[in-house]
Amino acid sequence: MMAEPFTTLTSLPMPLIRNNIDTDQIIPSREMKSTGKTGLADGLFAGWRYDTIGGRNSNPDFVLNNLRYADSQIILGGSNFGCGSSREHAVWALAEYGFRAVIAPSFAPIFVGNCFRNGILPAVIDPAAIATIEKADCAITINLSDQKISLDRQSWFFSIDDEAKAMLLEGLDAIDLSLKMAEDIASWQKADRAKRPWIYLGANQ
Amino acid sequence: MLMPKWRLLLPEPSTLFDSLWDSHVISTLPGGGALLAIDRVFLHERTGASALNALAEAGRAVADPARVFAVTDHIVDTRPGRTDQTLMPGGQAFITETRTAANAAGITLFDVDDPDQGIVHVISPEMGIVLPGCTLVAPDSHTCTQGAFGALAWGIGSSEAEHAMATGTLRLNKPKSMRVRFSGTLSKGVTPKDMIMTLIARHGAAGGKGHAVEFAGEAVRALDMEGRMTLCNMTTEFSAMSGFVAPDAKTFAYLEDRRYAPKGSDWKQAVEHWKKLTSDTNAVFDAEIGVDASDITPMVSWGTSPEHSIGINRSIPNDASQQPLDYMALQKGQSLAGTPIDAAFIGSCTNSRLSDLRRASALLKGKKIANQIKAICVPGSSRVKREAEAEGIDTIFRDAGFEWRESGCSMCFYAGGESFAAGARVISTTNRNFESRQGPGVKTHIASPETVVASALAGMVADPRELL
Repeated sequence: MMAEPFTTLTSLPMPLIRNNIDTDQIIPSREMKSTGKTGLADGLFAGWRYDTIGGRNSNPDFVLNNLRYADSQIILGGSNFGCGSSREHAVWALAEYGFRAVIAPSFAPIFVGNCFRNGILPAVIDPAAIATIEKADCAITINLSDQKISLDRQSWFFSIDDEAKAMLLEGLDAIDLSLKMAEDIASWQKADRAKRPWIYLGANQ
Repeated sequence: MLMPKWRLLLPEPSTLFDSLWDSHVISTLPGGGALLAIDRVFLHERTGASALNALAEAGRAVADPARVFAVTDHIVDTRPGRTDQTLMPGGQAFITETRTAANAAGITLFDVDDPDQGIVHVISPEMGIVLPGCTLVAPDSHTCTQGAFGALAWGIGSSEAEHAMATGTLRLNKPKSMRVRFSGTLSKGVTPKDMIMTLIARHGAAGGKGHAVEFAGEAVRALDMEGRMTLCNMTTEFSAMSGFVAPDAKTFAYLEDRRYAPKGSDWKQAVEHWKKLTSDTNAVFDAEIGVDASDITPMVSWGTSPEHSIGINRSIPNDASQQPLDYMALQKGQSLAGTPIDAAFIGSCTNSRLSDLRRASALLKGKKIANQIKAICVPGSSRVKREAEAEGIDTIFRDAGFEWRESGCSMCFYAGGESFAAGARVISTTNRNFESRQGPGVKTHIASPETVVASALAGMVADPRELL
């Protein structure tokens, strides 16, 4: 699936600075109600956002319900953001709600892969920079080409691997790119089949 | 600096991870990553239909359906006499749509009533689908469990599952390598679950970030295959890409004659190949951690991340964060042992195999769990269930006051259907103590099967060593 290209983004970031925010919190399993990839925004952070499990009355103490951040497209998170279940629904829910980037000191690996496949930027900067941004509580700009997050005259560099960057910038589809390498894949498999015939399961099982 | 010429003639000592990785690189990508060959894909009904339908809608086929499997485990009912109906609202659609999509794609499905049905990471080894030296992915974070066989196995999202099925590959950057060496011998009543919980408690839930972890050392070698699976299972709770153990005679003995394992001359050739899957003695890892197994005691979690875990006789640290303590209704400095519990759960891809159930039942035999405790045992697969029943293990569990279920992921997580009572305190052999993971407001303490049994008998968190 083609994702919307990500170039620059200016937004007031929503602070949610807790360590180990797991994907069960981002989208609880009970909120994954269909086999589709949509209809998830309502369940985003459901356990914290509503005052009862399964209910829909807002918990006024949770930052997502603070009107100041109603248009935020960026989350400021704690370390190991997106840990736990591999459910891509967590990223689909974030995207559907309107978030395009998460800034945190570290991310869980499966979550990062899911972000890249859905046009969301997971940017790593150190906790001190995150604290500065949180304290300023004003709009920041993310420039993906320059790999830079700016706040007034301050800025922070974040690293991102070249391919993920290109895919986000251009909204590329990874499967299309890999299918173009079908010949390489076929010739590799032919050689591998001779070395490891047991890997290739056929009609005899 | 120029290398001396003779150095260029010698192969660099390499790690098992290097071997697993390098042997699957089809091509190096412009960004420095690799196009990596994927040998096996496993789906389940929670996300299987979504991945297969998205693939079909994009007009893409599964490249090699013979190497893609699916199972009904995540939300299938585990009460006796089950059908496609589940307690999860709308859950039946996940089962029926995955069935339809799997049949249309021509992949093998182990369906609700299949004698081989069970939790993906229990049945894949049972049938020899995972093999040493293979790459295996599934849209389930606990896929790293299968690294116990010397495979590179890891969890992915739905889009990556589509990619793996459509192309037989994934695009990846190579993680760094880490070796975790458990030296010495485990004490009585201490299990592989306590080993991995100790590692995570000491080094944090992000302690393995950016790394692929090889588990080594004499305490790992001493584990049987089911113990190694428990150890590798929670590598995802360490934020590592995967965890694995170099294969050995135990690995080969476990796999021989399994349905999808190689046979005859292929088997002999495969074993020769697999014997080479080790790290060179002088291989250099990007990170090394050592743990003395004899220092490990039974572990119990106190908070809402697996890193919030302590030895059963220790107190909750005085620098513990307040938020998890508030959720768990516990206090700094409090000891966990003696905390009253409402429920006990034995099951999940971490601890639901025959050896887990045998050890648990040995402690339960002839005893009764405490009054008012809701206790449930869910075998990891239909095969485990049959084998346990043949040994009379089900009778021991039932007589002690446990429910005995059909296999599946069951109450490891709450999908909107069955759960423990709101706010209940549960001691559980599962892998995640996240907020509301096992039900609304449920307070989960993760622990070994032995500790869960000891606690169910006592009605409070209890040290299993007192039963030995």
